[in-house]
Amino acid sequence: MTGDAGTEAMTGAGHAQLEVRGVTKAFPGCLANDDISFRIEPGEIHALLGENGAGKSTLVKIIYGVLQADQGEVLWDGKPVTIHSPHDAREMGVGLVFQHFSLFETMTVLENIALAMNDVRDMEVLRKQVVEVEKTYGLPLDPDRHVYTLSVGERQRIEIVRCLLQNPKLLILDEPTSVLTPQEVEKLFETLRRLADEGCAILYISHKLHEVKALCQKATVLRGGKVVGGCDPREETAKSMAEMMIGQKLTAPDRGNDRTFGDVRLEVSNLSLASEEQFGTDLKDVNLTVRGGEILGVAGVAGNGQNELFQALAGETEQFAAPDNIKIDGTSVAHFGPRRRRRLGATFVPEERNGHGAVTDMSLAENGFLTAFRRMALTARGLIREVPTRSFADTIIKTFDVRTTGSGAEAGSLSGGNLQKFIVGREILQDPGVLVISQPTWGVDAGAASAIHQALLDLAAKGTAVLVISQDLDEIFAICDQVVVMSEGKMSRSRPMADVSIEEIGLLMGGLHDLDGDATPANDMLATGGRVDQA
Amino acid sequence: MIRLEPRRSHSQAMVYLSPVLAIVMTLVVGGVIFAFMGKNPLEALYTFFILPISNSYGVSELLVKATPLVIIAIGLAMGFRANVWNIGAEGQLTMGAIFGGGLALYFYDSQSVFLLPAMLVFGAIGGAFWGAIPALLRTRFNANEILTSLMLTYVATLFLSYLVHGPWRNPEGFNFPESRPFPDAGLLPIIYDGTRVHLGTAIAVLVVIAGWLLLSKSLIGFQLRVVGKAPQAARHVGFRQKRMIWFTLLLGGGLSGLAGLFEVAGPIGQLQPSISPGYGFTAIIVAFLGRLHPVGILFGGLIMALTYLGGELAQITLGLPNAVTGLFQGILLFFLLACDVLTKYRIRFGSIAAKGRTA
Repeated sequence: MTGDAGTEAMTGAGHAQLEVRGVTKAFPGCLANDDISFRIEPGEIHALLGENGAGKSTLVKIIYGVLQADQGEVLWDGKPVTIHSPHDAREMGVGLVFQHFSLFETMTVLENIALAMNDVRDMEVLRKQVVEVEKTYGLPLDPDRHVYTLSVGERQRIEIVRCLLQNPKLLILDEPTSVLTPQEVEKLFETLRRLADEGCAILYISHKLHEVKALCQKATVLRGGKVVGGCDPREETAKSMAEMMIGQKLTAPDRGNDRTFGDVRLEVSNLSLASEEQFGTDLKDVNLTVRGGEILGVAGVAGNGQNELFQALAGETEQFAAPDNIKIDGTSVAHFGPRRRRRLGATFVPEERNGHGAVTDMSLAENGFLTAFRRMALTARGLIREVPTRSFADTIIKTFDVRTTGSGAEAGSLSGGNLQKFIVGREILQDPGVLVISQPTWGVDAGAASAIHQALLDLAAKGTAVLVISQDLDEIFAICDQVVVMSEGKMSRSRPMADVSIEEIGLLMGGLHDLDGDATPANDMLATGGRVDQA
Repeated sequence: MIRLEPRRSHSQAMVYLSPVLAIVMTLVVGGVIFAFMGKNPLEALYTFFILPISNSYGVSELLVKATPLVIIAIGLAMGFRANVWNIGAEGQLTMGAIFGGGLALYFYDSQSVFLLPAMLVFGAIGGAFWGAIPALLRTRFNANEILTSLMLTYVATLFLSYLVHGPWRNPEGFNFPESRPFPDAGLLPIIYDGTRVHLGTAIAVLVVIAGWLLLSKSLIGFQLRVVGKAPQAARHVGFRQKRMIWFTLLLGGGLSGLAGLFEVAGPIGQLQPSISPGYGFTAIIVAFLGRLHPVGILFGGLIMALTYLGGELAQITLGLPNAVTGLFQGILLFFLLACDVLTKYRIRFGSIAAKGRTA
């Protein structure tokens, strides 16, 4: 297949690098891809847009040979091909950078790369090739470092280097920037543009529309498994593309005009806590305060201690900090378990819905009971009060427009967005004084996301202190009043959203406070830097 | 081609149908085995499953055998719901018999009405004590309760054997390895004259009701289910797993101990080297046969009790070995676990491509 590269180059002109014609793929109870057709020319950076569940991942898996299409065909250089496995796809010249990396933590960069190659070669030859690719495309990476010592951005580079070593003609990237700082994103884009200039076709999958606008020349939009349109992202706005994706008009959340803040309701001071995960991030001297009516955003690249912070705040850890490290409405709670914290008026929404925020094979009524039984008085003499329990779930379903068959439905039968609305609704209806919410709209469709954002703003307007942990900077800019950035378990000083730029947050996410070894002075320095920029 | 395809949500129908299906398949396979042993399969199955309950005495015997099975299985089911795998109920049963029976032997000439209630309490304490050891080992040292509870079973049965061969042997018993007979005040009253149905059977019904209330209606039962289904969600809302381990092992042990005391203070009337034909192990099958639900366990207990009666009768009238009982119980558990797959998956016939086109 690769032997006749010369003739391919000649005859290939006029053919698309990849063309997909009428691809259909059904799973039990859902038509994931419905008659999908699109083409990518060599050297083109093509975006595949769509919400979660629109069928993007299924399509990628078909192109990469992980799944087989039920109907339709895939053309490579104009010729119909059958791709039986990822091995076939790599052989043909398709490279895929996964959203979640498949790396072995305890092995070195070079060993991980060698594992993914189709043909086993001499390690020294491979090392030279790796170093050369890294140099050519500006991807600095020490081949002998162990993966567990690398940042997420560096891990992604391994995946990219892995693909580039095989001289791909088509490179597919699935949500590559969700784990990167804005600066790292810019570096990635440079690499991708250079690759495209050399004639490599790139299929770029993302729901971050400003990135698509900055990088891609063409876009195919999927909705509900179908192609609903194509466009040139350079001529669209992020809003117009979002509306194509969700198929309806988008309204920005209403922040209200005069936000006033009350007393401090959540206070974290000098909180240091060792992570209970093997490769987790220890919390180092974390400080923050959230006032009533205020929404504080915690930004940061995933894996910089956000999970540990959430667990510490929710009281999920095995080991507790000193009592004074966390205060809810002035009461020291760091030595309390989750139930006592909830009794004081704090509620929590974890990042993971399935099995953490909700029990998937229990009914919605039972899932409502799960966190609310105390505050909503759903027990009497140790027994569950069935009627109020069901009606509490019904109220959540009605108030938050949860699409379901009723309070008897299993939580696992709901879509991600609807289950998230249920979980957020469950905590908001308990009328909390403090709400800590992690990745409120992760994997949630745009309609549900804007409903959740509005609900959080409305909750804050009633005087609740809201802490939002999010990797999505757009989200933080859309709803937060103050922002802090976590990096390697440390936290930057809190700053008002109005005086901070996305670049500054990016620098903090990259761990700028490491320069000084101490968080606070570094932030002062950054604050000064920010002012100079504005001047 | 036959394939298993995941269902979108659990099939409620299969939850109830799978035990029935398992029983039917057990009967079919059982019939085949009888045929291979040179017996008429229909006659053998009739002897095994119908004949034992064809008269009122047989039914009463069924209740006597089902009593310990149901009581033990209710306790075990609570643990299984919370992912606590106590399989040492046989040992806990034995310890209950030793504690409660020991009290009866100490007061062997007592006529006090308080003796029997005290024996019940001691029996439950004995079983709970034996369940507490795996609980401690699990929560303190993360030792697997499957292993520890099982190994403690052998300790308990050997301890009983030592007692009835040694210090507790009946001084007037012609050197047989048996204790003194319990005094009348230490025996369970018979609730139907002419049968062996005793007070324990009535208590078993109460245990079923209490178990149902606890599991389905109470906050503790809710915690058990959450800890079992989603440990992370349990941690999130502060349902402590360790507390559930203690609770279920103490409860399971206590109920097993009670069941053991019922055996020695009921049908047996004294301590012997062997006081149970493996009720503690069979109760595991009962718990699953009853879908870990107290009402289901009531039916499951009756069915498994029938295998004991049928096994005895098959020995007498057909000359089959007693191992047939264990064989049937094993086959039933095997099919039950296999049929359970069908609650989460459905069987599809035909190839992948054909299905794609129809979809």
